[in-house]
Amino acid sequence: MRRILSILLENEPGALSRIVGLFSQRAYNIDSLTVGTTDDQTLSRITITTHGDDRVVEQITKQVNKLVDVLKVQDLTEVQHIERELLLVKVYARDETMRAAVTRIADVYQGAIIDMGKQSYTLQLLSSSEKIESFLDMLRHESDIIELVRSGAVGIGRGDKALRA
Amino acid sequence: MVQTQFNGSELVVKALKALEVEYIFGYPGGSVLDLYDALFQQSDIEHVLVRHEQAATHMADGYARATGEVGVVLATSGPGATNCITGIATAYMDSIPMVVLSGQVPSNLIGDDAFQETDIVGCSRPIVKHSFNCRSAEEIPTVLAKAFYLANSGRPGPVVVELPKDILNPQLKFNFNMPNQIEMRTYNPSVKGHGKQIKKAVEAILNAKRLVIYSGGGVVLSDTSDKLKELVETLNAPITNTLMGLGGISGTHPNFIGMLGMHGSVEANKAMANADVILALGARFDDRVTNNVKKFCPNATIVHVDVDPTSISKTIKAHIPVVGCLATVFEQLLSAINASSERIDRAAQEVWWEEITKWRAQKCLAYETNPEVLKPQTVIEKVYNITNGDAYVCSDVGQHQMFAAQYYPFKNPRQWINSGGLGTMGFGLPAAMGVKMAFPENEVLCVTGDGSIQMNIQELSTCLQYGLAVKIISLNNRSLGMVRQWQDMQYGGRHSSSYMESLPDFVALAESYGHIGIKVDRPDQLDEALKKAFSIKDRLVFLDIRVDEKEHVYPMQIKLGAIDDMWLKKGVKA
Repeated sequence: MRRILSILLENEPGALSRIVGLFSQRAYNIDSLTVGTTDDQTLSRITITTHGDDRVVEQITKQVNKLVDVLKVQDLTEVQHIERELLLVKVYARDETMRAAVTRIADVYQGAIIDMGKQSYTLQLLSSSEKIESFLDMLRHESDIIELVRSGAVGIGRGDKALRA
Repeated sequence: MVQTQFNGSELVVKALKALEVEYIFGYPGGSVLDLYDALFQQSDIEHVLVRHEQAATHMADGYARATGEVGVVLATSGPGATNCITGIATAYMDSIPMVVLSGQVPSNLIGDDAFQETDIVGCSRPIVKHSFNCRSAEEIPTVLAKAFYLANSGRPGPVVVELPKDILNPQLKFNFNMPNQIEMRTYNPSVKGHGKQIKKAVEAILNAKRLVIYSGGGVVLSDTSDKLKELVETLNAPITNTLMGLGGISGTHPNFIGMLGMHGSVEANKAMANADVILALGARFDDRVTNNVKKFCPNATIVHVDVDPTSISKTIKAHIPVVGCLATVFEQLLSAINASSERIDRAAQEVWWEEITKWRAQKCLAYETNPEVLKPQTVIEKVYNITNGDAYVCSDVGQHQMFAAQYYPFKNPRQWINSGGLGTMGFGLPAAMGVKMAFPENEVLCVTGDGSIQMNIQELSTCLQYGLAVKIISLNNRSLGMVRQWQDMQYGGRHSSSYMESLPDFVALAESYGHIGIKVDRPDQLDEALKKAFSIKDRLVFLDIRVDEKEHVYPMQIKLGAIDDMWLKKGVKA
């Protein structure tokens, strides 16, 4: 089962490598990973999407928590949350039919065409990872993907509760 | 004039003094010369010069295991630091408090592939509890205080501190500010067991009809063996120890049913397999204990107490997990048991003990002797007798390690010192040296074999320099005995690279290092040799004892079987 883990940790050199190292050392999966600073300059926040059965995910959470640099770990999938990922994708748009089809897909998914070349469109979509998959499926159906980049998911819990120091 | 400003090297020394360090085990080199100069100019901390940095880590490790204090290692950058890796991993696997100070090239050269540069923090990352890149001289005291606090609190472990050469510069002076107390917002080792969980645990324990207590290295590390004894006696429960937990309860205690696991006793493994409640204390259900996890103790309710939540339900699902420091949890359990209105079903317990007595009657440690060939088991038994069971026994890794664990009942915790988790050959001698440093008046043994001893034999030189009168009991079978045993049992007797040709004359070797060597070739020479060896108190004695190379360690779990599926001896199942 897919999980989104939010990790608050000390903004120290090497802290990220301890997280990444832990996953490879213990043969856990990383489907995506993003990292950035927070409003508190001393803390970074990492979002990792991973998958595994309950036992594995429990171990992952405990092992991450055990790292000395880690302040808090939250499994977002256990709570009401919002998830976003940014996709940038370049597709062929050689003729009018193809361009129209790509434009229509972008409209339906509320994505945007943000650049164009003689033969291509570059699109952006900010959405859940699941919706991005569906968007890409449609694009593949109507055109060909030339280049693709995904930011990895970030997430935040709903309501007033916050993950902070 | 009172000195108020100190250079980085002096700050390291002052901080170590403040942390009550007595010994540093190390080896000098380019990046730490300034620090060695500062050590030279003081006399509070003794530096012990080893012959190889790996040995420094094992010495510090042995010292830590015997005393409970943090073992301190000092190595230079590059090869000095990488030579420490095996020792750091050994300490990590067995949760031993250790601080490794590693030199590093000057900060402005880091990343340039400078001479003797290695990213030691990166290299050691998977095998440390934590590590620090020290980036300025001012932060040295705080970093060291944190390193020691982390190494010896919660679940102990090794901590690496990297010191670039420029921050040790004798020309630059700073104030010395040692923090009184360390607080880290990201690190709070939980101490007290959750009240509800304690209640559930006690309910399960008191309602058990076939209870087994299974205790591990955690009891030894937390110095709670008195509490364990109290619990065992309050409940009159059978108790088994892991390899790391031996000595947690006296090996001669009537409730002790032996070690469990791969080479555990039949009664311990049978009791586990037939238990209705298993109370695991500071143990981690290692694969050398469980055998096939799918067949592990199917009818038992498992109560698992550990300070490290990751140890709980990692390999075996705990029905009642209790996260907490053993010192506190023991108190909680004992007072809850005493306060409870429920009482143990003593009639059921009597039936349970009768069953265990029957398993014990199989005498799983019995072995056949031969007047022509010395059995390794006999050597350990006789060493036990002559030392009155009081010696520190430091072991290497292999058959001799298992024989020592089986045939030398340990009275006290911290008396048995071996590399259980990593299984590091070459650990025994330097570990014994570290113990001897701490307890010069006590008898300290290194039980080893002709394979293991050669993995750190250069330390015989260090022993001479520091007058470390360790007794080396080498069970020489001209083989890598445990490898050979597995090849006999699982590879049709094909002894691929498991025999030693061109062994040195160990007696002459010991003598060339300035020690005493004694050779034993036949069973009838053993008593005399031991008597002679143990009458010598001030010199290292190397006993090179020729033992049966065909001997196997029994009992032994059958591969992929349940915990109690065991070979009692060749072709005979327990």
